[in-house]
Amino acid sequence: MAEAIINGLGGLTVGFQMLAVDWRNTIMILVGFVLLYLGIKKDCEPLLLVPIGFGCILVNIPLSDVMSQEGFIRSLYNAGIVTELFPLLIFVGIGAMTDFGPVLAQPSTFLLGAAGQFGIFLTLILALALGFPQLDAVAIGIIGACDGPTAIYVTSKYAPHLLGAVSVAAYSYMSLVPVLQPPIMRLLTTKKEREIVMKSVAKPVSKTTKMLFPLVITILGGIIAPKGLPLLGTIMLGNLMRESGVVSRLTKASENEIANIVTLFLGLTIGATMVGSAFIRAETLIILALGFVAICLDTVCGVLFGKLMSVATGGKVNPLIGAAGISAFPMAARVVQREGAKWNKKSYLLMHAMGANAGGQIGSVVAAAVMLSVLAGMGIIR
Amino acid sequence: MDNVTFGLTMLVCGMGGTIVVLWLMSLVMALLGKLFPEKPVKKEA
Repeated sequence: MAEAIINGLGGLTVGFQMLAVDWRNTIMILVGFVLLYLGIKKDCEPLLLVPIGFGCILVNIPLSDVMSQEGFIRSLYNAGIVTELFPLLIFVGIGAMTDFGPVLAQPSTFLLGAAGQFGIFLTLILALALGFPQLDAVAIGIIGACDGPTAIYVTSKYAPHLLGAVSVAAYSYMSLVPVLQPPIMRLLTTKKEREIVMKSVAKPVSKTTKMLFPLVITILGGIIAPKGLPLLGTIMLGNLMRESGVVSRLTKASENEIANIVTLFLGLTIGATMVGSAFIRAETLIILALGFVAICLDTVCGVLFGKLMSVATGGKVNPLIGAAGISAFPMAARVVQREGAKWNKKSYLLMHAMGANAGGQIGSVVAAAVMLSVLAGMGIIR
Repeated sequence: MDNVTFGLTMLVCGMGGTIVVLWLMSLVMALLGKLFPEKPVKKEA
């Protein structure tokens, strides 16, 4: 009887013993708290960081079976990450939320969206130089897309063991765009350039053009880069629903209920990939550092391209809008507006920056699609 | 494939491809804008 009681009580203390055995779980529980703190107190991407942080805590509690074969988060992981369904459903919501009007009013801003993707490829080269295997380097480079769902889609497909680190880097740095970008923008531009006032873009875009946009982009992008068609197709489906105006129930469901539910599951499953034994490695710190470099390089290349456009147009373009050519929508555009107004009160860059930012949204998806198709062309992936 | 070849191919084809695709898209969208301009709203008498 006494022995049975002791054994029974032993079952309640084994978790504490395990906690002492593997210190990495304790560290990861603290990391989970940091993510929760950033999300709740600092308002850094709370929709993602709160479930990620909680998932991280759940999976690192000793003897936790949430990620075992029968675990509930494993079921979500298999259903939505292994099948790539979650990031794609998020993309339908993003398409339904995004107004591509500013980029359609000024199609040349698409090119700023291209310049903002340089960081992906430069970081890929850096990762290779640091000794990462080729597909791991691709997944690390994609942090530079500044686009969480794209990063998750590519990483879960080709480097699933890096999913936790890449996702955390992608979402954390994305939320740090207002802090990271302004110093780079100031460093690369002169006071005169920052003070340039751009003419307002009042060109209206017809409903027909807005509806044809998602169809044309899907077909054109899909033909050139078919490996990325799921990414491009889902974001454009969401946008077609929005612009057509005839399926408002589906549009609202995509941007609200579906996006919210999937975000919760996505965050939880990503957090649950952050198991101490797999996450606490020098490799993770290098990935976080490379993610930082990727986003800085995106801004550098975007601003430099903005300078080029400024020279080519005889000073009509304020190079600051180049910094908005990334996928952090509409955060990057707001940062550009704030920075421009700081240097010239008469400067109103928001609509131009929104164009570049919408271009960056498409640009990141196109860059990933092109990257995957190039990899398939080289025979590295199927 | 060695890493140098891989990295440079990704830079040239990947970044080059991204720029070309987005440039083509901008051309098509500019064309669509011209083909389907916003019609001014007729004022009712």
